[in-house]
Amino acid sequence: MGTITLRNMCCRSRSLEFFVTLTVALLAYCPTSARGGDVTSVSVDAASRVTKLYGAGGIRGLESYQTGILVSSSGHIITVLSTAIDSEAIDCVLDDGRRYTASLIGVDLRRELAVLKIDGDDLPHFKLSTDSPRQAVGTRVLALSNLFGVAVGDERVSVQHGVIAAQVPLRARRGSHEAAYRGDVYILDCTTNNPGSPGGCLVTWQGLFIGMLGKELRSSQNATWLSYAIPANELAIGLEMILRGQTDQALPDQKQSPDFDLQSLGLILVPDLLNLTPPFVEAVTQDTLAAVSGLQIDDLVVAIGDRTVTSQRGLREELSRLIPGDPIQLSVVRNGSIVLIDLGSIPSIAEPIRKK
Amino acid sequence: MQQPPSSHSTRKTVCRNPVMLPIMLIVFFAVQQPVGLSADNDTFAQVLAAQQERIRTIATAAKTSVSIFAGSSGGGSGVLISPDGYALTNFHVVQPAGIAMRCGLNDGKIYDAVLVGLDPTGDLAVIKLLGKDIFPYASIADSDTVSVGDTCYTIGNPFLLATDLQPSVSAGIVSGVHRYQFPAGTLLEYADCLQVDAAINPGNSGGGLFNAGGDLIGINGRASFEKRGRINVGAGYAISANQVRNFLGILKGGHLADHATLAATVATSADGRVVVSDILESSDTWRKGLRIDDEIIEIAGKNVRSVNSFKNILGTLPAGWRIPVVYRREGRPTEIFVELAGVHTPAMLNELMAGRRGKPSAQNKPGNKPKPNPLAPDLKDLPDTIRKFYERRFGYANFFFNRIELERVQQTLEQKKISSEDRESTWRYQGHLEAGGSFTIELNDQSAKISLPTGISRWEQTVADAGLAAEAGFDASPPGSGGMLAALTMWRRLLLKGPKNLGGRITYWGQQPLYSTTTNQLADVLELTTGSCRAKFFVDTFGNVIQVTFFLGSSSTSCDLYFKGLGERGPYWQPTHLTVTNDGGRFATFIFDAGT
Repeated sequence: MGTITLRNMCCRSRSLEFFVTLTVALLAYCPTSARGGDVTSVSVDAASRVTKLYGAGGIRGLESYQTGILVSSSGHIITVLSTAIDSEAIDCVLDDGRRYTASLIGVDLRRELAVLKIDGDDLPHFKLSTDSPRQAVGTRVLALSNLFGVAVGDERVSVQHGVIAAQVPLRARRGSHEAAYRGDVYILDCTTNNPGSPGGCLVTWQGLFIGMLGKELRSSQNATWLSYAIPANELAIGLEMILRGQTDQALPDQKQSPDFDLQSLGLILVPDLLNLTPPFVEAVTQDTLAAVSGLQIDDLVVAIGDRTVTSQRGLREELSRLIPGDPIQLSVVRNGSIVLIDLGSIPSIAEPIRKK
Repeated sequence: MQQPPSSHSTRKTVCRNPVMLPIMLIVFFAVQQPVGLSADNDTFAQVLAAQQERIRTIATAAKTSVSIFAGSSGGGSGVLISPDGYALTNFHVVQPAGIAMRCGLNDGKIYDAVLVGLDPTGDLAVIKLLGKDIFPYASIADSDTVSVGDTCYTIGNPFLLATDLQPSVSAGIVSGVHRYQFPAGTLLEYADCLQVDAAINPGNSGGGLFNAGGDLIGINGRASFEKRGRINVGAGYAISANQVRNFLGILKGGHLADHATLAATVATSADGRVVVSDILESSDTWRKGLRIDDEIIEIAGKNVRSVNSFKNILGTLPAGWRIPVVYRREGRPTEIFVELAGVHTPAMLNELMAGRRGKPSAQNKPGNKPKPNPLAPDLKDLPDTIRKFYERRFGYANFFFNRIELERVQQTLEQKKISSEDRESTWRYQGHLEAGGSFTIELNDQSAKISLPTGISRWEQTVADAGLAAEAGFDASPPGSGGMLAALTMWRRLLLKGPKNLGGRITYWGQQPLYSTTTNQLADVLELTTGSCRAKFFVDTFGNVIQVTFFLGSSSTSCDLYFKGLGERGPYWQPTHLTVTNDGGRFATFIFDAGT
């Protein structure tokens, strides 16, 4: 980072602007302060607004515990929708050791958000607002969560420090990072993707609440885990909706969606004999998506959407990630030139695969 | 981050400005403090100063970091804590490495090191580096002052990367304090430990956790790993410096240390109180009056708020310490002093020290030699440099160092040696009892006499040795004291002749808090075992023997002597006050006449 920053700085001719920018850039990369003072008070204050949650699970890598964030003085708690809270009785423990039994108020499937309620008065909490500003990349943050369940009773949840590394839409795809939420997330440079962390709170070093740690998300392709948080304004939208009694049902249920394969599209490729057999079309079944949209024998599929494919296996993998509603656009090589073929969108389960 | 340069002409402009580069370099290194974003001079000065501070801290702390290499047995980290080369590390680093180790410092040199003491339960070990007169070392801080959010650094040898002997440094914050991490069986329990997000990876084990000032606040030893392989995921744990301090005397004394138990289990009651759920009737705790359903309020001066805090407090205490316990029954609080029992028997500890050595069935196979225990080697297998620093004895990791500590305490005692030629004469005292009435005491080498308002009592060594004390009627004389005269005679003998001529086996026990004070001050303790009796002598840093715990026989209750205002009066030592307790109950407080 050093050399790049230095070189970047050399390009600025106006020294004041240069210094300001440099300071911002450098501060953004400071791991910690020399004294704990500010971080300590912000951590202690934020921890009083975070709860440890205990529910169902505890088998096959599904944790029975996670974190919740108090969002009203009367005891509303937001957390990540997961198997842990799919329980009749959810135990909720505050940082002063007070124990409550929480009930589920509602869920937002699109944001994978759940709202719980405990009976309390004058509880410390974070106020959510639908117009919370987004934080810049480089903002120093603290993540507080019930990670690994190490804190029990009146012990404070764990605090980790980090930096917002990026703000991007969550590129969740089937077979990769399985998540329903498609909006912007903060990507963090610290490992917040631990058992118990989901539902944890993200604050700035000034104590401003800016987001909720997302669920444990792992890429099936490269086994990496994503440390991310859902921004505060998205949480506020979800919370408002749930409190109004609305539930976002527009979301297709991924589990019931069919697996799309070549056959259901009506596409028959040459026999897959090699490790990387090229996806040449051998035949097209009549009255199928493939036939109707104009695929022809001897076409070579080279891309699906903006993802290139180099083998039949790659093509099948890409197809397996699509869910109903996703557009399918194939790029094929035909007579030495590339032809775009639009197959429309993946129909939902209720619709027949064949086009009328 | 900024966009990369886009214009060649801009770059030329800067190159023509030669002042810029040095300024930029300074600013670049001047990273620190949440100073806000205003670019004024004060800010830059602060940023610069803070970063200089950080650089100094790391440079100083890194000098104390030890990289331990144990060949095929792995390795780990350590941290030096005294100029004569004592270093802390983990039991689980030393266990496979054995008695002799090779350790690197960042001065680029490799030193021989020898095992000193072991605490398998607390995952702690003390080693000593050899071959240099003055080593750099870290000061041990008070880990109870550490707060969540404090800056911290882990320094060590992760993944055994420090083959160039330069340790790795990771910066982070304290994520949690007073954490409890369950043991594996009875071993490697991390009680009242510190949790940090600075990286702790395999190989960091045994290395130092430092605060922003470069003082040692903990010994890194474990981390939460789960489904991501054995790499740091932002949750590492360090044994607290205060736990280290509790065990340091015992470990430097070459012991195989054991942790404490109250011999009672606790549970949270429906209304959130911590109550005794079971208790061993043979324990000191039971004898002192604790019963099932009593609410535990305080242990060793610390509040018990939960079952976790009960475990946290006890888990940092060595077996054999005497600590105050406050419990509540029917609304009334009671304070008792309990002699803490050990979690293990010495034989169990010895077995645990050796570690798991394969399944018995595999060992019994013909032609399958049992694997030698690296922590109990044959002398001939040790390198020449190490052999003279090692002495094998049951119950000890390395008895050689017990002799060293005994020698040290003896030298402290020498400072207070009585110069008078009449020192061997009878020591005579008189004064009055706090409860009223006068007393006289006479102490000789082999006998003692006390005159109290209730009558005169005697004690004689020959009678005691012959086992006739009870018959002769001065068993624990004076009656009700638990053996005050015998204890005083032993005390006098120690002051006159030194620890090695007491007639019995004397060892260095370690350090223990003084019962009589409320401070956390630790005193060196010598332990004497003779044919019939057992005694612990507490020696303060000035060489005063200010407290004696005495047991007439193996099943006797303790007689404790607490001296106050000790000074040289004529040919012998005299206190201003002496309080004697028997089994924790007060026998009497003696107030001495000045100049007797």
